Amino acid sequence: MVKVSLTVNGSAHSAEVEPRTLLVDFLRAHLSLTGTHVGCDTSQCGACTVHLDGKPVKSCTMLAVQADGHQVTTIEGVATGKDLHPMQAAFRECHGLQCGFCTPGMVMSALGIVTRHKDGLDEATVRHELEGNLCRCTGYHGIVNAVLLGAKNMGVPIKDSKAA
Amino acid sequence: MYSFTYAKPASVNDAATEFSASEDASYLAGGMTLIPTLKQRLAQPSQLVDLGAIADMKGISVAGGTLTIGAMTSHADVAASADVRKAVPALAALAGEIGDPQVRNRGTLGGSIANNDPSADYPAALVALGATVHTDKRAIKAEDFFIGLFETALEPGELIVKVSFPVAKRAGYAKFPNPASRYAVVGVFVAETAEGVRVAVTGAGPGVFRAGDLEEALSKSFSTDAVKGIKASADGLNGDMHATPEYRAHLIGVMAKRAVQAALA
Repeated sequence: MVKVSLTVNGSAHSAEVEPRTLLVDFLRAHLSLTGTHVGCDTSQCGACTVHLDGKPVKSCTMLAVQADGHQVTTIEGVATGKDLHPMQAAFRECHGLQCGFCTPGMVMSALGIVTRHKDGLDEATVRHELEGNLCRCTGYHGIVNAVLLGAKNMGVPIKDSKAA
Repeated sequence: MYSFTYAKPASVNDAATEFSASEDASYLAGGMTLIPTLKQRLAQPSQLVDLGAIADMKGISVAGGTLTIGAMTSHADVAASADVRKAVPALAALAGEIGDPQVRNRGTLGGSIANNDPSADYPAALVALGATVHTDKRAIKAEDFFIGLFETALEPGELIVKVSFPVAKRAGYAKFPNPASRYAVVGVFVAETAEGVRVAVTGAGPGVFRAGDLEEALSKSFSTDAVKGIKASADGLNGDMHATPEYRAHLIGVMAKRAVQAALA
């Protein structure tokens, strides 16, 4: 067993874990943060996406001990109290989900896109940078619109798009 | 996953010590290949030596016509680096097309080349640019480093610290990505260097290789017309559910042309 100490959604947590414990299992089983989903478990679908020091990563392909000393943000840490984050609100507004299983990962990836493209965002970039997230319901159109609207509502200029 | 012990050293020396302290240790870089391999129980290291806390293995610098990138620098950092974009823009572009954004935030240059996946992007850049791999023991020229399928010149426990790239006059990379993994079905890196034109192909064969006929043609005229008539041989190329050897041979020509276009853009 090794000790892991990390900050999750602003709160400090420490636990003794086996080195082989995946970050996603630590979040779900140890901290009961079940908003982060395990979809494919093979680092392809992105449902397990969380932020590590502000950057999206796949928590099914990372050991909890690798996050020792780092800041993790999960979907539970995005909203402010009962007020949805603008990106979450945009997913609701644009019908960016159907079954909802991929949605936590989509939102976390969308926030990564906004961080990387503060100066301007277009539809092609959104589609390209959602490559690490799979949705089997929506056909992506609503998701792409949601990311653009969420980005717009976060103050990002949107280029060449009818959607937002 | 089988169980293992875990160490997170803070220096290159400590990493080597931790590695040799356990009978069957493995270094952990970004983990984008190693962790899926462990999850499938295809490897059973006794100890993982996590390189994530070694500051000396991260970072990008340019000096005297040489671009140097630390082995633990992520693909995302290479892609976004103003220094890399200025010195060797093709390398930044290559890093920005590896996997997906989440993978690029974790995956590293050192991890990619130590694994030497036959479809990985970085080996083509290292060979075409005439890069040097610096380990904790020696300096190895890229062409001597990549030996074959998942095989490199690294000795057990030898650790890649950084890679240095001579800044090329111009360079370009184009790949036909597997639509699921984004690994190169075929990728071609062309570079006009101080040592002449160099062309390296990844994804097509059991390991990265130089394409002599393309180099010869581009040496005479660095243009898309120069590579037009050149047909690569399918002999010895990979064939799988994604592409036959003949299709990969065809793609070498197509990607070479696109890579030259990118270099001239």
